[in-house]
Amino acid sequence: MVEKKKLQVEAIGTGTVIDHIPAGQGVKILSQLQLLGTDLRITVGFNLPSKELGLKDIIKVENRLFNETEASELGLFAPQATINVIENYAVRAKFKMSVPEKLEGVFECPNSNCITHNEPVQSSFAIKERNNDIQLKCRYCEKSFSKDIVAGL
Amino acid sequence: MSNPLYQKHIVSITDLTRDELELIVSTAATLKQVPNPDLLAGKVIASCFFEASTRTRLSFETAVQRLGGTIIGFADGGNTSLAKKGETLADSIQVISSYTDAVVMRHPQEGAARLASEFSSSPIINGGDGSNQHPTQTLLDLFSIYESQGTLDGLKVAFCGDLKYGRTVHSLAQALCHFGAEFTFLAPDELYMPDYLLQDFADAGISFKRAEDFHEVAHEADIIYMTRVQKERFDETEYKHLASRYILTAEHLKEAKPNMRVLHPLPRIDEITVDVDRTPHAYYFEQAENGVYAREALLALLLNENI
Repeated sequence: MVEKKKLQVEAIGTGTVIDHIPAGQGVKILSQLQLLGTDLRITVGFNLPSKELGLKDIIKVENRLFNETEASELGLFAPQATINVIENYAVRAKFKMSVPEKLEGVFECPNSNCITHNEPVQSSFAIKERNNDIQLKCRYCEKSFSKDIVAGL
Repeated sequence: MSNPLYQKHIVSITDLTRDELELIVSTAATLKQVPNPDLLAGKVIASCFFEASTRTRLSFETAVQRLGGTIIGFADGGNTSLAKKGETLADSIQVISSYTDAVVMRHPQEGAARLASEFSSSPIINGGDGSNQHPTQTLLDLFSIYESQGTLDGLKVAFCGDLKYGRTVHSLAQALCHFGAEFTFLAPDELYMPDYLLQDFADAGISFKRAEDFHEVAHEADIIYMTRVQKERFDETEYKHLASRYILTAEHLKEAKPNMRVLHPLPRIDEITVDVDRTPHAYYFEQAENGVYAREALLALLLNENI
């Protein structure tokens, strides 16, 4: 019998592959990037075997090339993930995630009395890693929150 | 060379460096000794109180007038275009700042002053934004500490009462991190200093400890900074039990060092008994008066390149 090496998730011609997502974080990333409300073709794999992580999630988005800013937003949830931007079945760019220093216009401030909720400004958080937790501090109300609270997860 | 505070926004105490804090304190001391009625001559200051605050507003308005400036503004946001017509704060500030040389503002929402600073063409002075910051209170606290101790460096400062919700306590402790202070905290578990601030103090190399009662605090402190344990945060029985432990009396101060001074941001309700007023340690009324000089110093530095 011929042994076949099969890709766990089908390869894409042009688009972005987010790989090495810790298992369980894939759903958070999908909702954070608001990919589900679009007509983009998305292939996801959850709990796939991974040498480094044991189990991992993977997300492939066709015909959408991520830029570095989008990659840095992901860094908050999956700092170990890699982003591969694919064109014509070849990797055109590869971003290694890291926790960004700040995040603008992505999440609303969880403080309901923060001025950003009723004024024409983008939210803005400074990000600090402390005691294995990632904390976001609002530029305006100066309150600090754990990342999952800010992301509403 | 112009002074480093010239035309700067004063939003949060953490924006100010040690040198800037010292400059404000020394300028306040000078203006208290030698009044200068010309420093704001020809200047118009907006006093925008979107939320009422009698003491802060009156002390700012006194400061402006003592330096020869004039004031425009409102004491309550209810009658403004924001409230009546739904104008954004960003638009209001853009217009008001174009009329005036500086804008003093208090607002019930956290972050209002930072936002205003992004839309203002003249310096914003935060007179309190919700539960967040009240930097000029900290400046008058620092000035009072300096005036009573002759230095800001290496002091033993005890904070008592509500250390969880009290923004004056948080800001003063943050400012004192520049000066190598040692902190003692006296508060019920429910109102203890938040972890993120304790972490900040540790990061700044500040040593701090927790005390169980005033006797433990009184004999070694240079400053006891009192705040009120608020009744509404507890049920009645619990409050009665707790509150008695956090009321400062003259008896507690028998072992105090001669230089020790008691500060309180006021209003006081019952957390400092009136017999303390008659001891040489009471300093809260001088502290309140110092609000005018600290605010004079700040306005003078923001609006005069050289002073």
